[in-house]
Amino acid sequence: MYPLIATSLVWKVMLGASLLGAAAGFVGTFAVLRGRSLVGDMLAHAALPGIAAVFILFGTRDFLSLSVGALVSGLLAIVCVAAISRYTRTSEDAALGIVLSTFFGAGIVLLTVLQSNPQGDKAGLSSFLFGEIAGLRSRDIAVISITAVVLLLLVLAMYKELKLLSFDTGFAGAQGWPTFGLDVSIMAAVAVVTIVGLPICGVVLMAAMLITPAAAARYWTNSLGVLLAIAALVGGLSGVGGCLLAAPGLLQAAGFGWLSFGSGTALPPGPLIVLSGAVLLIVSLLFAPERGILARLWSARDFRRRAAQDHLLRAIYELTPAPENSCPWIDTNSLEKYGHWNSTALDAQLRLAVRQRLIDWRETRVRFTPKGYDTAVHLVRAHRLWELYLLEDLDRSPEQVHHDADAIEHLLPAEVLEHLEAQLKLQGKLPAETVGTVPPSPHSIKPNEE
Amino acid sequence: MTIAINNLLSADMLLVMLIAMLVNISCALVGSFLVLRRMSMMGDAISHAILPGLVIGFLFSGTLNILPLFAGAVAAGVATTFLTQTLNQYGRLSPDASLGVVFTSLFALGVVLLKLFVSEFHFDTACVYEGSLLLLIFHTVDIAGVEVPRQFLVAVPVLLLNIAALIVLWKEFKLTTFDSSLASAMGISAPLVHYTLMTLVALTAVASFQVVGSILTIAMLIVPAAAAHLCVERLHRLVALACVFSIVIAIVGTMVAVRYDVSPSGTMAVLAGVLYTLAAVFSPTGGVVARAWFNHQTALRIVREDILAMLYRVEEHDPNQRLAKANAIEAVGGGRNAKLALGQLMRSGDVIEAQGELALADGGRKQASTLVRTHRLWEAYLVDELGLPLDHVHEPAHRVEHFLGEELREQLAERLPEGAEDPHGREIPE
Repeated sequence: MYPLIATSLVWKVMLGASLLGAAAGFVGTFAVLRGRSLVGDMLAHAALPGIAAVFILFGTRDFLSLSVGALVSGLLAIVCVAAISRYTRTSEDAALGIVLSTFFGAGIVLLTVLQSNPQGDKAGLSSFLFGEIAGLRSRDIAVISITAVVLLLLVLAMYKELKLLSFDTGFAGAQGWPTFGLDVSIMAAVAVVTIVGLPICGVVLMAAMLITPAAAARYWTNSLGVLLAIAALVGGLSGVGGCLLAAPGLLQAAGFGWLSFGSGTALPPGPLIVLSGAVLLIVSLLFAPERGILARLWSARDFRRRAAQDHLLRAIYELTPAPENSCPWIDTNSLEKYGHWNSTALDAQLRLAVRQRLIDWRETRVRFTPKGYDTAVHLVRAHRLWELYLLEDLDRSPEQVHHDADAIEHLLPAEVLEHLEAQLKLQGKLPAETVGTVPPSPHSIKPNEE
Repeated sequence: MTIAINNLLSADMLLVMLIAMLVNISCALVGSFLVLRRMSMMGDAISHAILPGLVIGFLFSGTLNILPLFAGAVAAGVATTFLTQTLNQYGRLSPDASLGVVFTSLFALGVVLLKLFVSEFHFDTACVYEGSLLLLIFHTVDIAGVEVPRQFLVAVPVLLLNIAALIVLWKEFKLTTFDSSLASAMGISAPLVHYTLMTLVALTAVASFQVVGSILTIAMLIVPAAAAHLCVERLHRLVALACVFSIVIAIVGTMVAVRYDVSPSGTMAVLAGVLYTLAAVFSPTGGVVARAWFNHQTALRIVREDILAMLYRVEEHDPNQRLAKANAIEAVGGGRNAKLALGQLMRSGDVIEAQGELALADGGRKQASTLVRTHRLWEAYLVDELGLPLDHVHEPAHRVEHFLGEELREQLAERLPEGAEDPHGREIPE
């Protein structure tokens, strides 16, 4: 009927949700880094008695007054958790659970008191608890914006201290920073964001707003500043995404009608915001460079291939009769037996090596190309120098050294090899004139092992 | 919940009490292991994350029949632990962050599914939190001619299952909880035990979720066990005491809730918190009061021993010299503790006061000589064996002399020749 108003409401909600998401992601990053991810969950539950008490005592359902009540009981809950884990043998996770359930239980009791009260209409309270994003007013957005800006300024002001605290608490303490106070101020910031967000997202989902963006952002960077920025971005994006999904009209207008599940039911934005965050987390988890699962699987596969190829080249080298640099042909059958490969795997490996012009392959015979020979020399040298080092300096037995060297030979940089060679020469374990050549193997290499 | 609770007949109240009791005991049994394994928040997570399981179970069966709902919820509970573990292991996310992400996402998914597909079925979100304990007795079924609340059909089997599992797998649960590497070495599969426990937690959470809501489920899983953990040292006592606590909470909670016409599950959660607070303050083993008392007693004993040793040294230095009372109190730090300790010594007759001056009685001298002996043996040990310089050994010996037992003292003495002196050249008393 009033499309203009409806649309402006959607925009307002979206602005509020993304601002809240950004602030929660920003502050939540510190909670996640400090190993306190579930504090937000506890706080969101522990706010209930404060809210109910304000309503009972003052009869007001005003956003700001309820928030103050929530903040007070939230801070009290934090103090309780700290006291329990400080003065009893109860661990911190149990302390969180105890405080959460006791406070929330007290809140429920207060709510039932309210209900039996003739003037009791707890509709507003229920929405405060379970989230009612559509009721967002301009004033609420102003509160969220101010909170976000204040928190941003505070974090910028204490950036160095918070960074130190997050990554090396012991060092921060030794430097004389008040680690306990900083910890408490982080928790207080988490409390403020949680309580501002409660009426929008509801109890459980507010916890997600704090954790998910930071968890997703962690896959993309190792630097705190970037992490904070990405977490805020992810939080903001999940806010926008959730609102878009919740407002089918908007999606259809934008040509994304298929995303709204094809049902006319209006979905609550809160859960959709959380689910958008979860999708962003899954995307980050899978596709982030370096820390993402696919990237890690890829680099593991890469390494396995390289290791297999290194082993092939070394086997060919060890099977090749002296003088080695003339590169005669050797039999693939003997190669198969030597490395205990199966023929399919060996064929695949040989094909790869041929493609990289490391070997020549004629049916049942292979030999090094000059490039392949150089690579093999480097590898065997690394392998044997490491074996010698283990034998001489670490007193390992000859049976053990081969296996260890097998694992590390792919990773030894040239400087380490030169250093090893120089050391071994100094100790008289290698002839002084050998430079960059392959030392003899310290154990028997049994080329014709049957 | 708009029923007039005051009108509940007392027989009905007993039934409510009984249901609460059954559920609470189930929670306490598995919760004990959650607390000991530092997985308390798993109870919170599972009791939220079963929501999508309930919805999917309902969608598949199309009824509110208990079995499909149960199956769905338990599957969701196990999925929560599995996803958390996976995210932690392969996603390199810290355990608490993994848990937080997983259960909130599952809960959100549950809410969305509910709104999308189950619009005809009225689902009160508040009910998720506080349950509907008082309404349950009106849903009854007929078993062998006796009308029992339908909830018995869930609560009793789950409780029996928990008891059976604990009896059969007691050793496995115990070992994997306290020493998982020993358990692995003995051939017990820690993951298998973990998932068994998590399945039990999920089952229990579902059973109690319907009765008392998620909030009391969390409370009952964690709080009685945590309170019991403060009071006893042995596992079987912990589990037993947690059960006792949960029974007490059920009885008192129902009574208070009915009397004051408030939410029973909220009341029980608060009562659990009160019980925990009492345990934390007054428990004879882990309580704050007991520990403060123990610390106070230790402090007094140390001051008493310091006074005795000091008087011994004065006497040793010059048999005719006496120490003024005021100086003695000053020398051991002054203040209330010093006066209290000296008073105790004079009452027990170990120290005698004459004209404002102190002297050792025979009993006191004997104790003092043991202390000084310990002190000097330790000094000798520090110098001979650890090579500490002479001026560094008095302080550590002064601290350790109060805590070395008979056996250790004689071991220290054995390594010295007969009639040896301490590093400062003083005699070591017999």
